[in-house]
Amino acid sequence: MSAAPPRRSRSLPGRVVGLMTIALARIVTGVRGNWQGCTPSPEPRIYFANHASHGDFILIWTVFPAGLRARTRPVAARDYWSAGIVRRFLGRDVFDAVLIDRDNVTRSADPIGHMGAAIEAGSSLILFPEGTRNTTDRPLLPFKSGLYWLAKRRPGVDLVPVWIDNLNRVMPKGEFLPVPFLCTVTFGTPLRFEPGEDRQAFLDRSQEALLALRPGEGEGR
Amino acid sequence: MSDHPAIALFGGILGVLVLASLVGWILGRRAGPEGSAAIDNLNARIRAWWVMVVLIGLSFLAGKPGVIILFALASFFALREFVTLTPTRRGDHYSLFAMFFVVLPVQYYLIWIDWYGLYSIFIPVYAFLFMPILVALRGDTARFMTRIAEMQWGMMIAIFCLSHVPALITLDIPGFEGRNLLLIAFLVIVVQSSDVLQYVWGKLFGRHKVAPRLSPSKTWEGLVGGIASATLLGACLWWITPFGFLQAGLAALVVALMGFLGGLVMSAIKRDRGVKDWGRLIEGHGGMLDRLDSVVFAAPIFFHLVRYGWTV
Repeated sequence: MSAAPPRRSRSLPGRVVGLMTIALARIVTGVRGNWQGCTPSPEPRIYFANHASHGDFILIWTVFPAGLRARTRPVAARDYWSAGIVRRFLGRDVFDAVLIDRDNVTRSADPIGHMGAAIEAGSSLILFPEGTRNTTDRPLLPFKSGLYWLAKRRPGVDLVPVWIDNLNRVMPKGEFLPVPFLCTVTFGTPLRFEPGEDRQAFLDRSQEALLALRPGEGEGR
Repeated sequence: MSDHPAIALFGGILGVLVLASLVGWILGRRAGPEGSAAIDNLNARIRAWWVMVVLIGLSFLAGKPGVIILFALASFFALREFVTLTPTRRGDHYSLFAMFFVVLPVQYYLIWIDWYGLYSIFIPVYAFLFMPILVALRGDTARFMTRIAEMQWGMMIAIFCLSHVPALITLDIPGFEGRNLLLIAFLVIVVQSSDVLQYVWGKLFGRHKVAPRLSPSKTWEGLVGGIASATLLGACLWWITPFGFLQAGLAALVVALMGFLGGLVMSAIKRDRGVKDWGRLIEGHGGMLDRLDSVVFAAPIFFHLVRYGWTV
C-alpha cells in the first residue's frame, strides 16, 4: 500500500497557473533565495521549512531554479487539497503535491511510505514538520515525528532546513488580502539521519538547524 | 523629447556613463584576477546606473504615462521596503492594504488629472484621518500611536513626497511648454550627482565627520565640496530649465542641501532599525529607498519653488 503514484507531468493549464503564481509572488514579496548552506541540486532532497502561511511552498518554489521546481513536490494534507475543484486543480495540476492522509484511523496508505516512494522515484520533497500553520508568537511549533520516520527510512537523503521569513505578514491566517512585504527564503546546511539516533534527539537537532537560520533582530531582511 | 536640449542632455549623460564604465573596466583589470571589493562595488553601481538611465530614458519617451507609472512603481517598492522594517501587527492589515492599493494609486491618479488642490492634501489630511480609523476599527490598541505614526511616515516618504517628482510635468510655465520632463531630469541629475560628488570629495579630503554616530562616511569636506560642485553643475544646466544661470544654481543649491539632509534623516531611521540598507533591489545600491532618500526630501521643495516662482 505504500507505492506513490508516478510523477505526473504537469498539464498545460497547470503550468500556466504555476508561472502566474510565481510572478504574483515576486510582485508582492520581491522574494530572494538565500542559498546559505548549500546550492541547488537535482539530487532528491527533503526540504523542511517553517510554516506560517498558505503561500509557504509557493515561495520556496519561486526561488528555485526552473529545473528544480519541476522535480520538487510539496507534501500536503489530502483532506484539505481534495476539497473543491480549485484546490484539487492547484494541488494536482499546479503543484503536483504528494497528498497524505492526516487521519490515522481512516487512512488507507502509510504516509511515510508514500513520501519515501516519491523520493525513490527521483523527486525532492518540501515538508512542514510543524504539521500546521504557526499562528503563535513562538518562532516554531514542536515538530511532529513524520520527519524522523521519513529520515530513518531514507537515511542517505540530505535534509535541508529552509527558513521562510516575513510571509506570515503578507497574508496572516484568516486574512484574504495580501500586503506587500519583502520576504526571504534561506537554505541552511543539509543534515542527515545518524544511525541509531533517537527520535527526540533527531527532532531537536533538526529544529535547532531551522531556528539557526532566522534573521536576528535588526540584522536586516 | 524631440527638442534639442533633451537630446543633448541624454547624449551628455550617456557620455559620462561610457566614461565611467571605461574607468571601471580599467580599474578592474589593474586590480588583477583576485579583484577588489571596492572596485567590484563601483562596477556594480555603474551597471545599476545604466539600468536606471535606460529606464528613465524609456519612460521619458513614453511621456506623461511613462513617468507617472515609473514613479508609482518606485513608490510601491519604497513603501514595501519601509513597511518591511516597521514592526506591524495583525490589526494593521487593512490599513496596510489600503496604503498600497488605495492611497498609492489615488495619489498618482490625482497627479495624472492634475488636481493640485486635492493631491497636495490627500495624504497629509485625508489619509492621516482615515488610517487610524481603520486601525481602531480592528480593536488592537497595543502601541497604537507608534503603529499609526510609522504608517503615516511611510506614506509621506514613499508616496506623497516621491509623487512630487512626476507632478513637475503638470506645471504650466510660460515659454517652457512641452519641456517639463527636463525639470525632472534637472532634479534627478542634481540630487544624484550631489550624492556621488559628496562621496568623491569626502574620500579625497574628508577629515571632519558631520554626524559620526549617524553616518560615519559623511564629512564636512565632502558636504561642502559635493554641494558646491553640484550647485555649479546645476547652474551649468540652466539651458534645460526655465531658470537663468544664477537661478539654476540657487535651485540646485536648495535641492542638494535638502538631498543631503534627507539622506541624514533616512540614515537615522536605518540606525534606529539596526540595518545598513533598506533593501536589496539594486545591486551595489541597496534598496529603492537607499537611492531615493535624497530625492524624496528634495522633490516637494523643488516642486513648490518652481510652482510659486515660475508658473502663472
